[in-house]
Amino acid sequence: MAAKHAELAEKFIADEPRTDWHDETLWFVRSKRDKAAHGLPEWEQLREWGSQIKNHTLSNLSNYLKEFEENAIANGIKIHWAADGDEHNKIIHDIIRKHNIKKIVKSKSMLTEECHLNEYLQHNGIEVVDTDLGERIVQFRKEPPSHIVLPAIHLKKEDVSATFHEHLQTEKGNNDPQYLTEAARQHLRNKFVESDLAITGVNFAIAETGGFVVCTNEGNADMGAHTAPVHIACMGFEKLIPKAEHLSVFLRLLARSATGQPITTYSSHFHRPRPGQEMHIVIVDNGRSRQLGREDFRNSLKCIRCAACFNTCPVYRRSGGHSYHTAVAGPIGSILNPNLDMKANADLPFASTLCGSCSNVCPVKINIHEQLWKWRQVISEEGYAATSKKVAMEGMSFVLSNPKLYRFAGKMGRGVMKLFPFMVNNKLNVWFKQREMPEPPKESFRDWYLKNGKFKK
Amino acid sequence: MSAKENILNAIAQNQPELIPLPAIDLDSVIDYEDLYAQFKLVLEGIGGKVELISGLAELQEELKADKESGSFVVNAIGALGDVDNHVVSLSASELEKLEKAYVEGTIGVAENGAVWIYESQMINRLVPFICQHLVLVIEKKNIVPTLHHAYEIIEAGREGFGAFIAGPSKTADIEQSLVIGAHGARSARIYVVE
Repeated sequence: MAAKHAELAEKFIADEPRTDWHDETLWFVRSKRDKAAHGLPEWEQLREWGSQIKNHTLSNLSNYLKEFEENAIANGIKIHWAADGDEHNKIIHDIIRKHNIKKIVKSKSMLTEECHLNEYLQHNGIEVVDTDLGERIVQFRKEPPSHIVLPAIHLKKEDVSATFHEHLQTEKGNNDPQYLTEAARQHLRNKFVESDLAITGVNFAIAETGGFVVCTNEGNADMGAHTAPVHIACMGFEKLIPKAEHLSVFLRLLARSATGQPITTYSSHFHRPRPGQEMHIVIVDNGRSRQLGREDFRNSLKCIRCAACFNTCPVYRRSGGHSYHTAVAGPIGSILNPNLDMKANADLPFASTLCGSCSNVCPVKINIHEQLWKWRQVISEEGYAATSKKVAMEGMSFVLSNPKLYRFAGKMGRGVMKLFPFMVNNKLNVWFKQREMPEPPKESFRDWYLKNGKFKK
Repeated sequence: MSAKENILNAIAQNQPELIPLPAIDLDSVIDYEDLYAQFKLVLEGIGGKVELISGLAELQEELKADKESGSFVVNAIGALGDVDNHVVSLSASELEKLEKAYVEGTIGVAENGAVWIYESQMINRLVPFICQHLVLVIEKKNIVPTLHHAYEIIEAGREGFGAFIAGPSKTADIEQSLVIGAHGARSARIYVVE
């Protein structure tokens, strides 16, 4: 069986200083988000608008998709529909074969990660160059991105320096981010200029105008899309919004929530191919229509991929993106991935404290922590919960529904922790791993309340 | 049935009852006393340089000097001098040497420092992205408070391409250290004409 979150997280936190750095760095990004959000008195209203526009769109999605396709075709864009990741990859492969394309540059698209496009093409002897700096770094290292906005956030500059020394012949031991970024700029400029095909993601697709918007800070999506003779933009169908004026709401929310910037450097609106260029859009389902039908989970499709929920999550910050073993990690990934493969991702909704911080920062008001809790129930009902969890849950349920037994167990627990601490402070207790056990209280809350509560005369 | 029909049918079956669209009320949105001051503050906070000018004379001189220096400079603004219309057909490998581009923007946005540029103002879509240094010119009266106001003015789908550009290209992908000049312009100067 593939490794699960707890096991993978254990590997990540083995390096304590690095875990602390990861934790603090992401918290710093979260703080920048707070500052940006507090700069707008209407922030909560904006979130509400974002949420309502997405709710509306999902409720009229089939019509908006038809409208989008019609308008995009009228704009001279070719539209493809893919039921799943495999169809998505084949459509792109067909375009590559038709044009005898050799050189491909790709800007960040979490959908292509979800569909494992790079691996698919590589398997067919075709190389794709990722052009987002963070993605290029992890691609050189043959690792997946660990964060949807900051793909190389699990790495230190020394790691990047060693990787670039190996692949780009940069000076050994030169860890200066400015120097390393410049090396990537020169390396990737050549790749852009030579490219036959640019693949990009889509941040927003506009039904009314049949166009789409791609946001980057680096300018890599534009460098590829305006250079290559063929441009393929890949989107999950939930990227749709009704009108161009709604972009104002989402562009105001996106970068502020993601990194605390007022807007990304580039917000590029594509509506027609340039003369002589071919432009394609691949619209992908891959389980999304199923998720749309699950009432409890449908509004996970409102996500605009800002990763605010990652940066605030106490579990993500201390376990790293790779421990989620899926393309989209973090709290939002943990409610999207059980829909893709419930068995393989049954561990993810349990990798949370249910503290609710994710829902509080979500720019489109997805009730992430409630969905995590609901997925736990679905997963347990379907029989996919880990046996240890199941036994523990059943035991808990038995004890918690018997007040006398509960009081007895509490007393025993406090006694044991006080008199025989080694009984809990040992390797058999998973809660003792990487943690200090708390001091046992002298008495239970019930005993304290009986002594000091309102019944006391 | 085709993939399209399957997907659309599944969506139609699974989507909830129609939920109304919210009305976006501009009265509940932030406004700034001095739009130019806010625009400059935000844009300089994200790495751009902003200067208020009373006329184009100074810029015309700068462009002339740039052209005479022999480096590859593109002018896309009629009011500054001859427009380099020939770049419309230049390839990426030819434009790769582009040192500086002068481009006019339609509007500026005070809340985030972004400038909207239509494709026709770029001459070639690649110009504002591939140049080493970007010079943008907007009129002071065309600075609006927020993106809501901006989308009331611009027509996103009017031309084949258009973009909001807010400052120079940047990345923080290495240890969250901000580096200016990732793939696009290394510097962005925005001249606001009074």
